[in-house]
Amino acid sequence: MSAHETARGDVQLGIPPMPAPDYPPEVRTRLETDAAEVISRYPDSRSALLPLLHLVQSEEGHVTRTGMQFCADVLGLTTAEVTAVATFYSMYRRRPSGDYQVGVCTNTLCAVMGGDAIFGALREHLGVGNGETTADGKVTLEHIECNAACDFAPVLMVNWEFFDNQTIESAKRLVDDLRAGNEVIPTRGAPLCDFKQTARVLAGFPDQRPGSVEAGGSAGPASLVGLKLAKGERGPETVVSPRHPEVPHEEPVTTHASRHDAPQPSSASDPHHPAGPVTEGDES
Amino acid sequence: MTEAVDRTSPEKLLTPVLSAFWDEDESWTLDVYRAHGGYRGLAKALAMPPDDVIAYVKESGLRGRGGAGFPTGMKWQFIPQGDDKPHYLVVNADESEPGTCKDIPLLLANPHSLVEGIVIACHAIRSNHAFIYLRGEVVPVLRRLHAAVAEAYAAGYLGKGALGDGGDLDITVHAGAGAYICGEETALLDSLEGRRGQPRLRPPFPAVAGLYACPTVVNNVESIASVPAIMDRGKEWFRSMGSEKSPGFTLYSLSGHVARPGQYEAPLGITLRELLQLGGGCGRGTGSSSGRRAGPRPPCSPRSTSTSPSTTRASWAPGRCWAPRRSSASTKRRAWCGP
Repeated sequence: MSAHETARGDVQLGIPPMPAPDYPPEVRTRLETDAAEVISRYPDSRSALLPLLHLVQSEEGHVTRTGMQFCADVLGLTTAEVTAVATFYSMYRRRPSGDYQVGVCTNTLCAVMGGDAIFGALREHLGVGNGETTADGKVTLEHIECNAACDFAPVLMVNWEFFDNQTIESAKRLVDDLRAGNEVIPTRGAPLCDFKQTARVLAGFPDQRPGSVEAGGSAGPASLVGLKLAKGERGPETVVSPRHPEVPHEEPVTTHASRHDAPQPSSASDPHHPAGPVTEGDES
Repeated sequence: MTEAVDRTSPEKLLTPVLSAFWDEDESWTLDVYRAHGGYRGLAKALAMPPDDVIAYVKESGLRGRGGAGFPTGMKWQFIPQGDDKPHYLVVNADESEPGTCKDIPLLLANPHSLVEGIVIACHAIRSNHAFIYLRGEVVPVLRRLHAAVAEAYAAGYLGKGALGDGGDLDITVHAGAGAYICGEETALLDSLEGRRGQPRLRPPFPAVAGLYACPTVVNNVESIASVPAIMDRGKEWFRSMGSEKSPGFTLYSLSGHVARPGQYEAPLGITLRELLQLGGGCGRGTGSSSGRRAGPRPPCSPRSTSTSPSTTRASWAPGRCWAPRRSSASTKRRAWCGP
């Protein structure tokens, strides 16, 4: 079994590993300064554990044993207590991963609108499974749960920036651009930074890049449909994908990516039986 | 389709309050928020004794917008006073219920409504430290919250002496790390204490022993963000919308196979049919066969029940669950079905 496979297994057998090596002194000093600032935000230091795990993730790209040992040291906890927390939350990576975390929402609304199909297509396109990283170390693919953007479904998150109203084609182009190092622009959110920088924002250190707060505008188009109607404006018949303005509603329903949601007989399509669809047997 | 609905235009059905200026440039900034009446409600609230603010919010009839619909003023009233313990306000911004997608756009476009609401609430419950527990997966929102809180500190709405006689007020923006269960309030408190986010047994309730075992109010983002408008424009204005038991306005999220998915701010009591018509209908003009509301136990509504009003307490439809066929018209988590 290769080292990679062992790391993926999450189960360690045999002799317990030696204590984790410490950070180099200059790294440790820098992180201790940051940690002190995080801890000062809370009445009780333990509350700083989640931000500190984001902080150590911003140092190495994933939560290492060294990082967990560091959190335990500065908070006066045991490594077991820190590990228990680090393994509970899905945003902490426990093995080296790509610069770009590509999450495809496959929860209810996105799945219905094509998220399952996008996830399947990306798996095939990238040749990796859920939670795996491409060989060039650029992209880690995973399916994610509802990210509170159902009105923009199907949604992709790259390093937790929104890519709304995606299609299979736009998603493939997106990961190709990420791997080629081309600039990609989130539909809502700041220009992409790598995963470590994102983790630092999550640790509570505001993004210092000029324009990062302004990027993406006030609200996405779907967030504004009600307001526009209330103001008497009549927008387009449907909110269209900024990446694919021509795709959504001219396409017949039967070819929609999620086939299980294809049209079924309904009371609307069968006005003679308003109580609901009937089978052929019932017709007689 | 009833004639009444046909005659009712979107302009009359919709009541944008929180979303009123989301279409303006830089709507998340303090300047734009103040240009739209921001922080006027705070001045009125700080001029009132804390207990009067609680009574005022209670009389407005505001119910929690996180799903359970518990009266917000009553929740504040449960905080024991004069107990010499610190009190905390924790805002639940861990929005992750499928189909519920209103807090995230609200915080992206109008974070100051939450910040102002927090200052009013902290004045009312005599708290000097509030926490915003934002789910970690929405970094653009986190940036806007960081910026809004920094602006509020610079403008003196937060920090030293922010509450006048009530003392200082600090807000800590806390990013979660990916756990759906942390939307449950006691799991959220455990998570905020740096533990695994697992729900606690109750009692004791958070109002008595919440964060750090101190009296704590946990409110949804939209509940708190609705308070400034109530203080500014009055409880009578608020009660003029919605129903007797569930007054006011709220954000409805439509998603799935509707022509115009998105956010619709309307009075409580709007019917699913009216909402779907605002949304341009389902299934590309064929009409809906059924709808489904988001939430832990969502009943699916056949067409025949889509004219029942939505409120925070009553279910939108009888308890029978219908499988959605063509459309999945989800609104925010709101009412639960049956007992």
